[in-house]
Amino acid sequence: MNPLLRFAIYLILAPLIGGLLAGIDRKLSARLQARQGPPLWQPFYDVRKLWNKENIVVRRSQDFYVFFFLILMVFTGGLFFAGSDLLLVVFALTLAAIFLVLGAYKASSPYSFIGAERELLQMMAYEPMILVTAVGMYLATGSFYVNDIAAHSGVLALRLPGVLLGFLFCLLIKFRKSPFDLSSSHHAHQELVRGILTEFSGSTLAMIEVAHWFENVLLLGWVYLFFAASPAAGIAAALGAFLLVIVVDNACARLTWPTMLKGAWATTLVLGFGNILFLTYF
Amino acid sequence: MLVLEIAMGLYIVVLGIRHRRPLVVLLLLVQLLPMVGWELRHGEGLQAHGDLLADRLSALMALINGVVGGSICLYALGYMREYHTAHHPEVRDRRPLFFSLLFFFLAAMFGIVFSNNLLWLYFFWEVTTLCSFVLIAYKQDEESIGNAFRALTYNLIGGAAFAGAIIWVHRATGSIGLTDLIHAAPALVIGPALLLSLAGITKSAQLPFSRWLLGAMVAPTPVSALLHSSTMVKAGVYLVLRMAPILHGTAGGIVVALVGASSFALASLAAVGTSDAKKVLAYSTVANLGLIILCGGIGTHEAVWAGVLLILFHAVAKCLLFLCVGVVEHRLHSRDIERMSGLVLSMPRLSIMLQIGIAGMFLAPFGMLIGKWAVLKAVIDTYPIIALPIIFGSAPTLFFWMKWMGKLLEVTHPIPNIEHEIGRGEWFALTLLSCTTALTCIAFPLVSAWLVEPYVIGVYGRSGHLAHGNFVIMTIMLAMVALFPLSFFNYGRRVKVLDPYLGGANVESGARYQGAVGQVHALQMSNYTLAGLVPEAGVFRVGIGVGLALLAALAACLLLLR
Repeated sequence: MNPLLRFAIYLILAPLIGGLLAGIDRKLSARLQARQGPPLWQPFYDVRKLWNKENIVVRRSQDFYVFFFLILMVFTGGLFFAGSDLLLVVFALTLAAIFLVLGAYKASSPYSFIGAERELLQMMAYEPMILVTAVGMYLATGSFYVNDIAAHSGVLALRLPGVLLGFLFCLLIKFRKSPFDLSSSHHAHQELVRGILTEFSGSTLAMIEVAHWFENVLLLGWVYLFFAASPAAGIAAALGAFLLVIVVDNACARLTWPTMLKGAWATTLVLGFGNILFLTYF
Repeated sequence: MLVLEIAMGLYIVVLGIRHRRPLVVLLLLVQLLPMVGWELRHGEGLQAHGDLLADRLSALMALINGVVGGSICLYALGYMREYHTAHHPEVRDRRPLFFSLLFFFLAAMFGIVFSNNLLWLYFFWEVTTLCSFVLIAYKQDEESIGNAFRALTYNLIGGAAFAGAIIWVHRATGSIGLTDLIHAAPALVIGPALLLSLAGITKSAQLPFSRWLLGAMVAPTPVSALLHSSTMVKAGVYLVLRMAPILHGTAGGIVVALVGASSFALASLAAVGTSDAKKVLAYSTVANLGLIILCGGIGTHEAVWAGVLLILFHAVAKCLLFLCVGVVEHRLHSRDIERMSGLVLSMPRLSIMLQIGIAGMFLAPFGMLIGKWAVLKAVIDTYPIIALPIIFGSAPTLFFWMKWMGKLLEVTHPIPNIEHEIGRGEWFALTLLSCTTALTCIAFPLVSAWLVEPYVIGVYGRSGHLAHGNFVIMTIMLAMVALFPLSFFNYGRRVKVLDPYLGGANVESGARYQGAVGQVHALQMSNYTLAGLVPEAGVFRVGIGVGLALLAALAACLLLLR
């Protein structure tokens, strides 16, 4: 399929799937907490409502950063689904995430400041594993391109079990789920002030929400890549990973950042690099 | 030449005796006496088949020296005037000496990049060491003299390795030409190549020698920018990159690569723990030079391509950052990053320049990142396990640059603009370097095609490059980021401005608030330094240990070759 066509399909489907997943997340979390929960389409209603609200800011330029966070996140996902270089996808993802952090710094409120710092700590925790995942896929298939990796005949998860586990660990951080929802939490019972999101409101908050939909679709797409040789298993794995994240989110309390950093780096070192060593020398 | 060398040696001996530094005298005699004896014995027999060497790599290095060095000298004019009149009246005004040394040093740098005769190269090498020594000690207080001697001692170790390498090369090939060395059978000259790499490692302040570069930050900022980030320390990596074809695929080459890789990871980690701007820049310099050394040690065509690009990108962006910090330090009387809060109001243009420099240092799609990316690919294709320090080193890099950038953007209360106090020479240099930084990012494919690829092809017959598709994507990203300033046309439209939430009742403009029991607190925000998890000094100690172990491995390689 033509990369541009794939990019177009992604542009239409990603927000739909992302929003729907967010709805499933909220419904399922509510049921796990013995609540009724909102309707499945609630995230879409929320975004529409936010869009029409008054936009309140502390610093007049803080929203510009969020807008670029959104378009760069859309672009990053586009790179991935158009079949581009995985390392480039990682770099673009970092660039996008950095714009959100800069926006929070710009807001200059102590809560968004601490949220920004913690978001940086989260990035520092997961980035090595994400890079190791890209490297592992390259070593297993001989190419960094998502296209070639998806077309590889073997099931990558069989050769990269450690990398897959490490990647799932990072998903918890990347999805901002407990026990690693340090920069801002989805749950009202976790915190009184919403960390990195504290000073964003109205359409800006809506943009952040939509950017997360795109981001989540990209990350689940990456899980799929581990099983790309058999598409059914891939979709099952992506959904399974998503459910796993929700269950863990509801079963855990928040950990401190040193625990997160040490845990993520130890996982990267042992599971990620252990796997790569095995792949290279055996 | 010989006379000059002896004169320089004697000067250092006198200095060493006067300041009671037996180690300096010893290190100098260790290299001076054998060299003099050897040169006298061989006399006219020391031939190099052409004393000069001019290829694309020398041209690129000369360009960096010229553009960066020139703008630093311009900047230094105003900076040093202010340094003496306003900020350090206690320091004796020796500006004529300062500037003559600066020019003398630049001449020696041109000498280094254009010499083919190793004896010449060695001579210019020692001239830069000496210039660096005198300039670090410029303040003439106890701390700067101590740090200057440390720099001298470490660099003399490198000098001794260099001297040994020359004698060894002559014995192995009968010539003292750099090109003859590179074109000789690798097995024959791996020993001297390793010794020259060792010299490069000391000059580029890699572990375990990094301490001298951190100490060198006591020198006035133009010195730090010129000698200790963009030119002199680049002489070390230049030499290692020249040795790359010989080091490729050897055990010694792996050790050199490991020195670079561990310097990159540990210096990046150490930089997280400090908020002294110049120290952060120094650590980051060690880290980035480590990446280039790593490229030399791996020695494939891809790695060398990446290494040369890194030299260019690092030189311009880092120099810009140093010069900005120098100006900020004079205005704020501090170089603490935490004090730079609100710089976007007090010095808007300067804060934009700092942001350009910082973005150029670590962010996609700007210069350094392309280099890092290429290094990562080169490493994975040769020794995947060395990817470990690169991957773990780039995460803290992101952290310490970002928290600095955040401080620049943060605004808690109105601050008057004090930018008009900055002199014209400084502005010229800063603007020139900002434009050069931006231009190298935009024109990167041209630079690569005209200067870097021809050199690498000349050595290896083929070159690394960025795939066309990726290049297009990078350009799109660059264009997107370049659009960001346009959003300021929308400044303040359709938004309602309120004070931040401070967890209490705000008192006057959101800079202070009333807490739960009625006291008024001032708003204060400071960055994490992760002191509990990765203390700066502790990381550095580990680094020295790792460096010493690798040095022992290098010595073992050399002994096995004898």
